[in-house]
Amino acid sequence: MGLEAVLQKDGFLTTTIDAIVAWSRKSSVWPMPMGISCCAIEMIAAADPKYDIARFGSEVMRFSPRQSDLMIVAGTVTYKMAQVVRRIYDQMPEPKWVIAMGACTSSGGMYRSYSVVQGIDQFLPVDVYTAGCPPRPENLLNALMTIQEKISKTKARDFKNRSLAELEHSQN
Amino acid sequence: MNTKELIIEKVKEKFSESVEEISDFRDDLSITIKKDQIVNLGRFLKENSDLQFIMCKDVTAIDWATRKKRFTTVYHIYSFKLNYTLRLKSNIDDDPPTIETVSPIWPSANWYERETWDMYGIKFINHPDLRRMYMPEGFEHHPLKKDFPVLGIPGSLPLPNKAD
Ligand code: SF4
Repeated sequence: MGLEAVLQKDGFLTTTIDAIVAWSRKSSVWPMPMGISCCAIEMIAAADPKYDIARFGSEVMRFSPRQSDLMIVAGTVTYKMAQVVRRIYDQMPEPKWVIAMGACTSSGGMYRSYSVVQGIDQFLPVDVYTAGCPPRPENLLNALMTIQEKISKTKARDFKNRSLAELEHSQN
Repeated sequence: MNTKELIIEKVKEKFSESVEEISDFRDDLSITIKKDQIVNLGRFLKENSDLQFIMCKDVTAIDWATRKKRFTTVYHIYSFKLNYTLRLKSNIDDDPPTIETVSPIWPSANWYERETWDMYGIKFINHPDLRRMYMPEGFEHHPLKKDFPVLGIPGSLPLPNKAD
C-alpha cells in the first residue's frame, strides 16, 4: 500500500511537511497503558491477535511515559491516584493525547462516591471518551482511530515549542 | 461439650463480670465485652491452651449513628485448634471514640486497626503506628461514618490543576 507503489512509479512524491509529519505521527501512536482497574483487561485484549492494535501502529505499549504519545486511562481514578496519573501525564513529551476509556474515567461511572474522581477531564485534557463498562476492544480501536483522524488534521506547528527550562521544570 | 459451649464456659469462668452479651446467631458466636477488658479477653483467648485463638482475621467497626454508644468495634478471630471463628464486639461510648489496641496480641490487627481508624475515626490507644490506610494523609474526615456524605465534602480531597 501507498509509498512503495508511488516511488516505483515516479520515483518521487510531493507533499507538505505538515502532512508527512501528521501521517507519521498518527501511524505510530505509542500508548501509555494507564491500566488502573478492570477496563485494563479490555485494553490488554485489544493488543491480542484477535483485535490486534498493531494494525494501527499502536502495539508498542510503553511503560515509560517518556516514550509514549497517547495515554489510555483505563480504570477507576481515585483522588489519590489522580495525583499519580497527572504526574505521569506531565512526564509525557508533547504532542500527547488522552483517551478516557470507560464509564469510570469519563464520569466516575457507577462509583458515585467520595473517593472517585467524577471524570478525569477535571484535571486532564481528554481527546476521546469511550463509552462502556468496560468498552469492548473494538470500541477502544474506534477511539484510537478517532485520535488518528484528529492527528491527521493537525499541523506540525500546532504544538507548543517549549523551552528547555520549561521542559525540565515539568519533568521534575 | 461442643466447641461453642467450651468457649462460653471458658470465657464466663474468667470474665463473667465484664461480658455484656453472648449471642449465637445462625451458628455464629459473638461475645460483647466491656471496652476496658478487650485486651485481657483477647490475650486470654489466644493464650489459653484449650482455645488458642491465634489468628486475627479482621477488625472493623459499626457506626450506629443514633445510639448513645455510637460505635462498636468488631473482631474476628480464629482458632486452628478448634477450627472455629469467633466474633468479639465492644461498644464505645466516649467521644471522640477510643479503645485499646489489640495489635500487641495479634500483629495482623495493626493494619486492620489503621483501616478502622481511617474509616471510622476510632482511636486505638497505644497502637504502634496509627496512620491512615486508604485516604491520603491530611484528609480530615472519616468516610464510613454515617454523617459523612456519600459524595464527599467538596474540596476536602485535592485534585491536580487542569493540565493545558
Ligand atoms: S468503566 Fe467499568 S470496567 Fe471500566 S474501570 Fe470502571 S467499573 Fe471497571
